Amino acid sequence: MKKEQNKILSEVTGSDYKYGFYTDIDIEIFPPGLNEDVVRAISAKNEEPEFMLEFRLKAYRHWLKMEIPDWAHLKIPEINYQDISYYAAPKNKKGTESPDGVDPELRKTFEKLGISLDEQKRLSGVAVDAVMDSVSVKTTFQETLAEHGIIFCSMSEAIKEHPDLIKKYLGSVVPYTDNYFTALNAAVFSDGSFCYIPKGVKAPMELSTYFRINAANTGQFERTLIVAEEGSYVSYLEGCTAPMRDENQLHAAVVEIIVEKDAYVKYSTVQNWYPGDKNGKGGIFNFVTKRGICRGERSKISWTQVETGSAITWKYPSCILKGNNSVGEFNSVAVTNNYQQADTGTKMIHIGKNTKSTIISKGISAGFSNNSYRGLVKVVKKAQNSRNFSQCDSLLLGDQCGAHTFPYIEVDNANSIVEHEATTSKIGEDQIFYCNQRGISTEDAIGLIVNGYAKEVLNKLPMEFAVEAQKLLQISLEGSVG
Amino acid sequence: MNSMLSIKDLRASIEDKEILKGITLEVKEGEVHAIMGPNGSGKSTLASLVAGKELADVTGGSITYLGKNLFDLNPEERSKAGIFLGFQYPTEIPGVTMVNFLKTALNEHRKHKGLEPLSAKDFLKLLREKKDMVEIDSKLTNRSVNAGFSGGEKKKNEIFQMAMLEPKLAILDETDSGLDIDALKIVANGVNKLKRKDNATIIITHYQRLLDYIIPDYVHVLFDGRIVKSGGKELALKLEEKGYEWIRNQVNGN
Ligand SMILES: Nc1ncnc2c1ncn2[C@@H]1O[C@H](COP(=O)(O)OP(=O)(O)OP(=O)(O)O)[C@@H](O)[C@H]1O
Ligand SMILES: [Mg+2]
Repeated sequence: MKKEQNKILSEVTGSDYKYGFYTDIDIEIFPPGLNEDVVRAISAKNEEPEFMLEFRLKAYRHWLKMEIPDWAHLKIPEINYQDISYYAAPKNKKGTESPDGVDPELRKTFEKLGISLDEQKRLSGVAVDAVMDSVSVKTTFQETLAEHGIIFCSMSEAIKEHPDLIKKYLGSVVPYTDNYFTALNAAVFSDGSFCYIPKGVKAPMELSTYFRINAANTGQFERTLIVAEEGSYVSYLEGCTAPMRDENQLHAAVVEIIVEKDAYVKYSTVQNWYPGDKNGKGGIFNFVTKRGICRGERSKISWTQVETGSAITWKYPSCILKGNNSVGEFNSVAVTNNYQQADTGTKMIHIGKNTKSTIISKGISAGFSNNSYRGLVKVVKKAQNSRNFSQCDSLLLGDQCGAHTFPYIEVDNANSIVEHEATTSKIGEDQIFYCNQRGISTEDAIGLIVNGYAKEVLNKLPMEFAVEAQKLLQISLEGSVG
Repeated sequence: MNSMLSIKDLRASIEDKEILKGITLEVKEGEVHAIMGPNGSGKSTLASLVAGKELADVTGGSITYLGKNLFDLNPEERSKAGIFLGFQYPTEIPGVTMVNFLKTALNEHRKHKGLEPLSAKDFLKLLREKKDMVEIDSKLTNRSVNAGFSGGEKKKNEIFQMAMLEPKLAILDETDSGLDIDALKIVANGVNKLKRKDNATIIITHYQRLLDYIIPDYVHVLFDGRIVKSGGKELALKLEEKGYEWIRNQVNGN
């Protein structure tokens, strides 16, 4: 049986990464290296007002004094920040010929990724901000959304067009001082998405950002800011992919969400950065800080993530539940295969009274990978009658991989209830054979079992994302039965 | 009648211990064979080899199924070619509902035959039909595969799956053990209803009781990795009466 196991394990393919292609286009790229001049140059490129440059420089100077966090259950190779280029943009972003101002080559790239930049062609009615390397290429449905008073644009545009909103909110939930990567991001971010939903408005369609890394030897540092005013609602989706390369590439993003009274923001991610090959060569280093604040009463934030990509994932989408009766949710499926490493989870900070949070984390580890859940549930003294329920499950394929759970619970009052449940299970050869015997191939059997296991989380995704995510789970685990 | 399964001098070992020591067995269309034999004699090992589980290493002999070398087919191909194994110990698969599992399996079988997947409506209709046939509790199909099923429910579930997939060759490994008398009749009834001129059944059992309901054409006694005796239905009765001591003495030449 050992023999069988080893045989199957050795068949671990460098699973079919569909999005590993590279688009050969003219780009404008900064030479590698990081210093104050580079920070100034990025700000100048984006024609930013003075306050943004100040913001960046403060962050940069702070970053110089910081060190990379080492508390995660990750082996992080040394990253040389002077070897990375901090700005890369397609030269011909605005195609002169095309009516809507997008270079046909870029349009083709996004079409290959399943993202149509053509509003007429989009039946699904999802507005998208398409970001390639350091810049936003196109934001669709801006006019339609503007009719509802919704601002949806690239971050660089928002900084120029809506400086007051940016001044008020940027860095208000995730200050640059928060951690090493937020400081770096604040210094060198070049684009991202901005979304503002005015009072009482329910977004008439889903909004999304698609991040694409294309250029080599670059880092991607983007920022997303979502503001939902009183009584508003938006469902926001985020997707990302990158070419297959032997070198690692750094992605350090920040997402901030502000939710006022009775507003609800639902944020869904399918993270599919290039994970590296089956021997652990290449792949994206994904260091992301995502945090939302429920400022008003009965406000709600729901994070749903399906993490299948990246060589290293370091990511904890969190909720600060400040308003009374506010609600935070974190639903996660994280898959690691081959030599991938993930340390992901959430922080639920209960500050308001009667606040409620739910955490559902489903880790799936295969190959030689390591998958950790790390979560903090903190209930402060005045957060009377608060509730948390956490369910952290791990599923193992094979016996060379690791699954770990690090729950931290701090409760400072007596009438709040915090519950934590955890399970670990394994896909056994017997289960696979049982499926085989009924005519189901090993690959499909794993797909069935894994999707069954992750169903609870996948069900929270918007329809079109859910189907994609299901397929992705199966592909990510191709050939990994033990 | 056409030959369906032809096993010739099959030898197999698990971790260098020889478990099957030269098995020869011929099963033709329309036949029912029963295999009996003491615990550990190799019955399940034989069944799992036919189904394609790489549990034992084949060290000699051949298995031919419908004229093809069975070893050329992987387990799912064997299933789609019509081989069904009713497991002695059905596996639990938490999170995967019976409905989803059966739909996937059935559509794989249909794809193999060049048929379109069944529509949701037709699938549910078929599901209901077969459920009635093997009298299994309606709720079971909404639960995860075998998860938390009672011993008897698991066995009935095997017959239910058999009814859904309509195999050419069904091997039922002790499907009767753990069943109450009513369930035993239901299972036997199910098997009989599924019987056609062009399919065959191999029943592995310890009890002659099942053979009162499913009348076998042949009974074989598997003893220490060999088929030491074959006969008609009366052999089962004789075994029940005399026990395996009788066989042991015959084998040892006493
Ligand atoms: N995985 C295994 N590792 C080692 N030995 C095994 C393994 N599986 C089966 N065997 C051995 O092979 C022999 C035959 O087992 P098998 O399960 O085929 O017997 P059986 O005739 O089906 O018995 P029962 O009537 O108890 O079901 C036994 O001695 C058993 O211990
Ligand atoms: Mg047995």
